[in-house]
Amino acid sequence: MAEVTLSGLTKSFGATRALEGVRMTIPDGAFVVLLGPTGAGKTTTLRLIAGLDRPDAGDIAIAGRSVLTDTPAQRDVAMVFQQYSLYPHLTVRDNLAFPLRSPVLNWPEAEIARKVAEVAEVLRIAHKLDNKATQLSGGEMQRVSIGRALVRNPRIYLMDEPLSSLDAKLRADLRIELKRIHSDLGATFLYVTHDQIEAMTMATHVGVLDSGRLVQFGSPREIYENPVSAYVASRLGQPRINLLPADAFGTAKAGAAQIGLRPEHVRIGEGQPATVRRVEHLGDQTRLHLTMGGHDIVTLADPHTPLCPGDALSICPENPLWFDASGNRI
Amino acid sequence: MTAYSITEPSGRSKLVAGLLVTLYTIVTLLPLVWIISTGFKSGPDSISYPPKVLFEPSLEGYVNLFTTRTRVAAEEFQNLPPPETWYDEIVRDQGMVIAGPSRFGERFLNSVIIGFGSTFLSIFLGTLAAYAFSRFKVPLKDDLLFFILSTRMMPPIAVAIPIYLMYRELGLSDTHLGMILLYTAVNISLAVWLLKGFIDEIPREYEEAALIDGYTRFQAFRKVVLPQAATGIASTAIFCLIFAWNEYAFAVLLTSGTAQTAPPFIPTIIGVGGQDWPAVAAGATIFLLPVMIFTILLRKHLLRGITFGAVRK
Repeated sequence: MAEVTLSGLTKSFGATRALEGVRMTIPDGAFVVLLGPTGAGKTTTLRLIAGLDRPDAGDIAIAGRSVLTDTPAQRDVAMVFQQYSLYPHLTVRDNLAFPLRSPVLNWPEAEIARKVAEVAEVLRIAHKLDNKATQLSGGEMQRVSIGRALVRNPRIYLMDEPLSSLDAKLRADLRIELKRIHSDLGATFLYVTHDQIEAMTMATHVGVLDSGRLVQFGSPREIYENPVSAYVASRLGQPRINLLPADAFGTAKAGAAQIGLRPEHVRIGEGQPATVRRVEHLGDQTRLHLTMGGHDIVTLADPHTPLCPGDALSICPENPLWFDASGNRI
Repeated sequence: MTAYSITEPSGRSKLVAGLLVTLYTIVTLLPLVWIISTGFKSGPDSISYPPKVLFEPSLEGYVNLFTTRTRVAAEEFQNLPPPETWYDEIVRDQGMVIAGPSRFGERFLNSVIIGFGSTFLSIFLGTLAAYAFSRFKVPLKDDLLFFILSTRMMPPIAVAIPIYLMYRELGLSDTHLGMILLYTAVNISLAVWLLKGFIDEIPREYEEAALIDGYTRFQAFRKVVLPQAATGIASTAIFCLIFAWNEYAFAVLLTSGTAQTAPPFIPTIIGVGGQDWPAVAAGATIFLLPVMIFTILLRKHLLRGITFGAVRK
């Protein structure tokens, strides 16, 4: 368990800038989720912390000490890769035991057996312990690779979209399991995901990356309710925030180029006329796809709404977010 | 109407394929069967015309291969004590007595030492070099790889004379070490290129995972890369061994005694006491065995190996 500080972290691959001056402090025991589209620098950040790549500039400190010259083994971190994480020539049992047999840890075999059984139980792969890693389904492989991180007690867990290849049920279960491990162990997590539910439910902090720069860092609530830019606003929220020209509803805030409306911030009943284009009944909620003066808007309605495609209604904004021409929040 | 399947071949194409494979098998195996059977023929049977397919098997060829024999005067032959062993008896039947062991055993052992020694060295150096080329930023990597390959662009025998002179100066002529180094030098380019292909295919995430799991680079190489490269190593080893085992030209040129291998030795049998075809055939049969056994032992790796990574896991 330790605090991780990134200062001015910069990394290029050839002509591509993967990270540019990233500064971030991951508090001890925090669960930090990194958000951003492909190529934003999420995986690069993890690899730099793990010691798999060297930064061009900047520093990484774990527990207050710079680890730049340390090998990955010396840094005492565990990492779950997005793919290719299991050793195909070993059984599941040996895969799980692999980190514990390393020269750094070198646990006694009895201890290893106990720990492996315990983790296998948690991840529900106990019945597959003697299978070769290649005989597992994608979901089982991913669980084993999470298990390989969990058998250890590292200073920080790095996870690169660990749940992305799992089915919805398992993903939900493991989300809770990881969260439980986080609170039980008080471990520090740095977690990369595309999934907003994972970000919102697990994170204590969210960092949003845009083309290698950290554009906002804060609690999930803060990121959702107070995004610093249109880019950050569109990272969180399902359905996504509606971004319309500032004057779409008539009056606009001075200097604003865009108005941002979360689906729950569209009030139905008064204001501009709009037409229902499509109705999606999701069970617990209903999504309405509307057209208003040539703009598409998605909003939420009562689960039992009688509205049908073609119906006319009026809408107006409620607590809108305003962005200037370069996308920054006003 | 007949339904055609693209996955299940029709009966007729199976038949044609079967016939072709059978024909090919016969053509390939016939010389082998001929050599093995000649090894068990008696001298007269081996040169009879038309050739004998059915014959009385004899170990004469094998006994002759491992012994040197002399003819003794008729009256002396009569006075000899009765033969003590079965091989004494076979030699007596030819009207000769055993003078001592032949050099075949030593030559064969030389082949084993030089063949397996150079294969081991080629694979050892080749794997390390291939790993470095595959994983690290090596300055002038492409040029170096091309240079390594270019050593194979001219037939090795083209440099026979310089090598002969060089070996004479260095005292490497007719030594095991000299032959091992020479065959390694020829094989290393093949080993580096083949093994680099295999190692390239192993995702580096495996080693990265091992590095994070607390292993050093070398331990990750040994515990994660090597087991996964086993297929490639096995098939490369077979190629290297076959070359070193069968090599004739350099062996003739550079060895004559201590380090002479079996290929230049076997033809010399022809000259000893007339054309002794059964002994030559017996020598060829024994000479075949190690490569055959080695290949059979590694065969489960071979099929995937010789497709050069075209088949993915």
